[in-house]
Amino acid sequence: MSFVTVTNIFQSYDGRPILERVNVSVDESQFISIVGASGCGKSTFLRLLLAQEQPTRGDVQIAGAPPAREPGLDRGVVFQKYSVFPHMTVRQNIVAGESLRRGWGTFWGAEAKDARKRADATLARIGLDHVADQYPATLSGGMQQRLAIGQALVAKPRVLLLDEPFGALDPGTRLAMHDFLMELRAETGMTVFMVTHDLEEAFKLGDRVLVFDKPRWDPHDPSLYGATITYDFDARDGGIPFQRLKEDTHVLHETRS
Amino acid sequence: MRLINRKPGRPLALFLALLPFVVVFVAYAIGSDIRLAENPSDKLLPAPSTIWDTAARLITEPDLRSGRILFWHDTTASLGRLAMGIGISALLGLVFGLLIGLLPIMRSFLAQFVAVLSMIPPLALLPILFIVFGLGELSKVVLIVVGTLPFIIRDLSQRVLEIPQELLIKAQTLGASTWVITLRVAIPQVLPRLIQAVRLSLGPAWLFLIAAEAIASDLGLGYRIFLVRRFLAMDVILTYVIWITILAFLMDWALRTLSRRLFPWAEDGL
Repeated sequence: MSFVTVTNIFQSYDGRPILERVNVSVDESQFISIVGASGCGKSTFLRLLLAQEQPTRGDVQIAGAPPAREPGLDRGVVFQKYSVFPHMTVRQNIVAGESLRRGWGTFWGAEAKDARKRADATLARIGLDHVADQYPATLSGGMQQRLAIGQALVAKPRVLLLDEPFGALDPGTRLAMHDFLMELRAETGMTVFMVTHDLEEAFKLGDRVLVFDKPRWDPHDPSLYGATITYDFDARDGGIPFQRLKEDTHVLHETRS
Repeated sequence: MRLINRKPGRPLALFLALLPFVVVFVAYAIGSDIRLAENPSDKLLPAPSTIWDTAARLITEPDLRSGRILFWHDTTASLGRLAMGIGISALLGLVFGLLIGLLPIMRSFLAQFVAVLSMIPPLALLPILFIVFGLGELSKVVLIVVGTLPFIIRDLSQRVLEIPQELLIKAQTLGASTWVITLRVAIPQVLPRLIQAVRLSLGPAWLFLIAAEAIASDLGLGYRIFLVRRFLAMDVILTYVIWITILAFLMDWALRTLSRRLFPWAEDGL
């Protein structure tokens, strides 16, 4: 039974089609990588999954629920930047993952204490306990993204959406983040969609790799047609060969620490 | 070396910062000296020492008729009006800034209206305010509010709009309602901007305060200045002007320090 069902989605801005006829169904706890050239609608597709925008036609269903009209608790998201609240300390950011759904957006009394304790446990888990009282601006890019992922996971979303989460990180940090993400995913078994520019990353992390491109191309008017999913690779072990790195990257692992 | 890459050392920076003050003082002293040499009873440019004596007298000696030290009464009266006016402006500005910045419906409803309102010259409304609210405290406070509120609303709604969309989306995915987003995301993010807007509004606020006091009042810094103008008491006027400048500067400095204390995560401005 498919968990996320995308049915015949069209999306256009000001009459310009961006996406057309996108159909895909995804099983629970699959990791979907989304790749494609710039401006081919990957991020638009992610925004539609997030329910930040409504498609012109078609709909997105998660776990059989009616199509959402605005972002909510069932979808977690991490952007390339601005994913954590700059005015909260690292610990407050994690607590916010649980407390923002409350009437006043905060915990009081004993509940607050418990939440802080849970947050500290989470921070220890994601390796940020030593900076719990600092503001995110003082953290490195990799640490900020780790915090953003931790914060999103604390809310226990059903689907995690990542929009080029590691795009601004250096290669070493990026590999560390891959390990971090795979560990978390093995723990939570969450369904993940990740938009990326990095093919290697897409095939390394993904169970499936969706490629967005324009199937029709009018040379006189390149923006006449929208993009759709043109390839749907199975990238798991035992899938199509040569889609994964077979070598272990010991050198990079050692220089990182 | 290019001029844009030349940075003054600490002593030079201090010297450069003090230089304009010294230059103005010396220029005034020379001008005053020249005039007084020609006519010892000249009132236009009193000697710095005369101003100093006048200031000491104003600050310490009570008024002969009322027995009060008018200088301090003027100061408290003016500061009270200013604080009230700016306080109301800041509060309303925050509320309307958030409404316009966060809610598309309110944006459609009010943004253009505020833009048009802000084009009305507040001083042109002063007679109306005097007629409607009388000559008491209320009309002066209202003038300050009318003069500074549209700017604060426009500035703040712009700042709210500049909050990265990603943060608002993120808050929604964590289950935050509009109210919680306002309370926990938008307000903390724009409070430093509000303080900045208030700092920028202090100049206009003083202008409107003094204008209102000059026209109808019986106490206040602006009232006193316009009263002694009739006697060409330049020493008193200059004392009051310097005092107002010091007060305004202190307020600005206090607000900046407050902002840095309260919002260590926000980047510093000037």
